[in-house]
Amino acid sequence: MVDARGLSCPLPVIKTQNEIKKNNPDTLEVLVDNTTAVGNVTRFANNNGYDVAVKELEDDEYSLVLTKR
Amino acid sequence: MKKENFFKKNWLVMLTGLLIGAAAVVLTAFGNPKNMGFCIACFLRDIAGALKLHGAAPVQYFRPEIVGIVAGACIMALIGKEFKPKAGSSPFIRFALGAAVMIGALVFLGCPLRMVIRIGGGDLNAIVGLVGFVLGILIGVFFLKHNFSLGRAYKQGPVEGLLFPILLIGGFVLTLIAGSLFAFSEEGPGSMHAPILLALGIGLVVGALAQKSRLCMVGGVRDAVMFKEFGLLAAFGCIIVAVLVGNAIRGTLNWGFEGQPIAHTEWLWNLLGMTVVGWGCALLGGCPLRQLVLAGEGNADSAITVLGMIAGAAAAHTLKTASSADGTGANGPIATIVCLLFILVISVTHLKKEQ
Repeated sequence: MVDARGLSCPLPVIKTQNEIKKNNPDTLEVLVDNTTAVGNVTRFANNNGYDVAVKELEDDEYSLVLTKR
Repeated sequence: MKKENFFKKNWLVMLTGLLIGAAAVVLTAFGNPKNMGFCIACFLRDIAGALKLHGAAPVQYFRPEIVGIVAGACIMALIGKEFKPKAGSSPFIRFALGAAVMIGALVFLGCPLRMVIRIGGGDLNAIVGLVGFVLGILIGVFFLKHNFSLGRAYKQGPVEGLLFPILLIGGFVLTLIAGSLFAFSEEGPGSMHAPILLALGIGLVVGALAQKSRLCMVGGVRDAVMFKEFGLLAAFGCIIVAVLVGNAIRGTLNWGFEGQPIAHTEWLWNLLGMTVVGWGCALLGGCPLRQLVLAGEGNADSAITVLGMIAGAAAAHTLKTASSADGTGANGPIATIVCLLFILVISVTHLKKEQ
């Protein structure tokens, strides 16, 4: 899991990128707390072979579940 | 197919780029200084002057464009439910980085936005600045890739997020009803300005569009290098194209190094000044325009950064580090080196270990 809550662009994408590079996971959950990060991580994941399911948690937090295509 | 997709995804940010370029040309046509239709660094410096934070008589004016950008971003964020007050990510480091970025920008004489506007006016010194700017971003990207972080921010109450936009608007209203409290240039760049309502209106539109599209001058190069995403970089190009076309139509396109408006030809300091800006802004997560927009979205860390930039402008003119058309200020070169060293220290001391 990548916890990028409280971080603003581009850090959530970098953390996601590093995790994918390091462990090449089949699924990965990314937590963020702003819509810019939701958009940026989703775009990055889609461009790198992952489908993304976005779920809004409480308190303006989002869970993004990345699944390898 | 892929091309179509690119435009579909990035049309808003590219349109914003074109409009900002056009806005710069229009504002210049209506009185703003040449090749300075829209410069965040210069305008914050003028505001610092209007508040009498520095005594440089030619650069004092409470620029309505800045007020418009922050207010426009704030309104758009409120409408789009993206107004999210937050703060707490190394505020004082952000303040100091903001000041360093401003000192670097005033050595070059412009923020990244004015840099591309100068390129669009034919000022080749700005190409030198661009080289330094890209170099600075690449250094910043290196540290970002090695887990540089200023730490996380936390959710705040609405007042924390709204205070900066409200204070800025309040200050602007005061200039209209109690102008004698402020300093206003009688000559020089600060005395040259477009009509207040036009400047404010254009600022509002640009702020709103920049909020929605997340336009950022630093993000363009950064995202292209780090993630192979070219949307923001395309917007960067759109600004140059719009300004080039605008200047060509007005007959104000003038290629060369010498005699460019409010610019100097000391290439090393043009380059290194923009290296400070590129590197500092990469660490801050956005260019000066983006900081204004984020401040409008309720990000108090960005509001602190903007205050740091205003303080940096005051320092630059008080300590004679700011350049003029005659060349670098007496202490400009040494200040540039100090800023680079400072940013290096911040970079290395904030590399987080991977868990």
